[in-house]
Amino acid sequence: MAGTRVRRAARWCAAAVLFTGVFAACTNGDRRDAATSARIDLLGAGATFPYPLYARWFNAFARDSGVRINYQSIGSGGGIRQLTAGTVDFGATDVPMTDEEMAAVPGGKVVHLPTVLGAVAITYNLPDVEPPLRLSPDVLADIFLGRVTRWNDPRLAALNPRATLPATDILVVHRADGSGTSFIFSDYLTRVSPTWAEGPGRSKEVRWPVGIGGKGNEGVAAQVKAMPGAIGYIEATYARQNRLRTAHLQNAAGTFTPPAAFEIAAAASSALATLDEDADLRVSIVNAPGERAYPIASFTWMLVAPDLIGAERTEALKRFLRWALSSGDEMARTLGYEPLPEEVAAPLLESLDRRLPTSSAASRP
Amino acid sequence: MAAPPIPSFATDQSRARESSRQRGVQSIGDRLYGGWITASALVIPALLLLVAVVIAISAWPAVQSLGWRLLTDTTWDVPHARFGLLPALLGTLASSVLALTLATPLAFGAAIFVSELAPPRLRRPVALLIDGLAAIPSVVYGLWALVVLVPWLRRDVMPFVRDTLALGNVPLFAGPAYGPSLLAAALVLTIMILPFIAAVAREVLQAVPRSQREAALALGATRWEMIRDAVLPNARAGLVGAMILGLGRALGETMAVTMVIGNAHLLPTSLFQPAYTIASLLANQFAEASGPLHVSALMAAAGVLLAVTIVVNGFARWLVRRTEQQR
Repeated sequence: MAGTRVRRAARWCAAAVLFTGVFAACTNGDRRDAATSARIDLLGAGATFPYPLYARWFNAFARDSGVRINYQSIGSGGGIRQLTAGTVDFGATDVPMTDEEMAAVPGGKVVHLPTVLGAVAITYNLPDVEPPLRLSPDVLADIFLGRVTRWNDPRLAALNPRATLPATDILVVHRADGSGTSFIFSDYLTRVSPTWAEGPGRSKEVRWPVGIGGKGNEGVAAQVKAMPGAIGYIEATYARQNRLRTAHLQNAAGTFTPPAAFEIAAAASSALATLDEDADLRVSIVNAPGERAYPIASFTWMLVAPDLIGAERTEALKRFLRWALSSGDEMARTLGYEPLPEEVAAPLLESLDRRLPTSSAASRP
Repeated sequence: MAAPPIPSFATDQSRARESSRQRGVQSIGDRLYGGWITASALVIPALLLLVAVVIAISAWPAVQSLGWRLLTDTTWDVPHARFGLLPALLGTLASSVLALTLATPLAFGAAIFVSELAPPRLRRPVALLIDGLAAIPSVVYGLWALVVLVPWLRRDVMPFVRDTLALGNVPLFAGPAYGPSLLAAALVLTIMILPFIAAVAREVLQAVPRSQREAALALGATRWEMIRDAVLPNARAGLVGAMILGLGRALGETMAVTMVIGNAHLLPTSLFQPAYTIASLLANQFAEASGPLHVSALMAAAGVLLAVTIVVNGFARWLVRRTEQQR
């Protein structure tokens, strides 16, 4: 009786020793690998919109480089707060930081680095209308101001001569939660409609004159899908992934454009064409001048404060950005994101060392 | 307390003292146990106090800069720094009270059926199904309401009331037919609080002594008279408690309400119009709140919700005590 118990204990001990040995060997091997490529763990937090792409990018980049990046998608506002509190190495946002917000970040200048493009699509539910709905900036603004209230409004009919629009109420759906998507959309409405600019204005939480609120893209999309006669705005990537019908919008040049890859890229390249290489990239690209530019597009940014995290971590982030901007495009496209067009990515890569100085000499001009 | 019970109470106590003296070793265990029980009892009010203090501190900037306008302003406009809670506060009260009004008769009916009228074979399954309703997560109720209830309201109920009954100009039924509305929220809340009220009411009714029922029947009462005159008066305090439990749950319900109420800062004047509740406001805006005043105003909203629930509970206790005294 006692003998078997001792024997059993001995067997357990042996197994434990063996297991520990194997485990130690593994970790040793790991450490040796890392020694060659100096393993760094970086922590980031912020916008939810680019999260699926960032997760994929960070995963692939960790395999290639040994730099592991952990990203928490807690929302743009949360990303800015965490960066300000110094609890993360970088933030991410769909809404550029204001000068006051930048001043609140202790001991360092915050650099905005665009990573991919986003756009806001107008989705609608008109089951009997075949061709895509066409909207002009003033009609779109008036719908969301509650001034155009019926689908058979003469101004809508004039824009859509080939469609028979129903004589029903326009049911407006907007975001109920604070969101970068709302910011981009209200930024556009502020740009194109003086009435909107004086009234609701641009914000992540707009005081919507009409309509009902849904939580998140999925909330808005669900409400629009459920209500014939509804119209709402959502992230273009989300609209594409869920095959939602989207309206064609009249841009600054007068062309009607869909929220598709080419048109979104055209917005970025035409909006940045006039900027010089080292310009602050906290720029709004809504209502871009390009002939085929989709009018409600935006960058999403990574926020880096090089002085705050030191040279080694800044260098690791720069390596990531070089990698992402040169070989991450395909990954972005398969997930439905629009990568930065060449006209934006090339000068950004070229100016990266000046934007994120790592030697102390460079940081003091 | 009446005179007779006192002697028996005293003997109980002296007997307990005797036994603890006999087994002196256990008194350490008893004391440890007693201490632990007391500590756990103190932790709960301490937590509530701590929550209240944290909310008060975080809400202070908004209270200081906005004052009573927090409660009286009807506009919630974040970019222009106006944070009026009145629509959400009234929306919370309106949807909850409406739900309670609709749920109470149904729940009491179900409870009376199960405890008094149902044949024994039906009793268990019906009780089980009612309890099962209480176990469904609120997001499931929300999804059901979004997919089934709201389209039904929009397609059938709203046009019927407005056009067939020609009540479209009555303020209570005004506004475009979105579907998501105060009515939708009240209906989903009704279904959610129904099992809670029914379960508690059932327990309360079953606790009424059998002798009361038998006495009523022996005096020639019909079954219905027995329920009305013997069972319900005995259970009155408990039934009020059941209602208040339901109301408390309705006031704080977040997920399902957020999905169907429409989240619009409008005063709840029409059943068919979208509205807002404080819990939904917090759920929607807290994560992405911009700026310290916004966060602070949301904290003030949380404080208002906490105060409302405490007032409701206090009122309930007072009501229960009063009904008990009346008996």
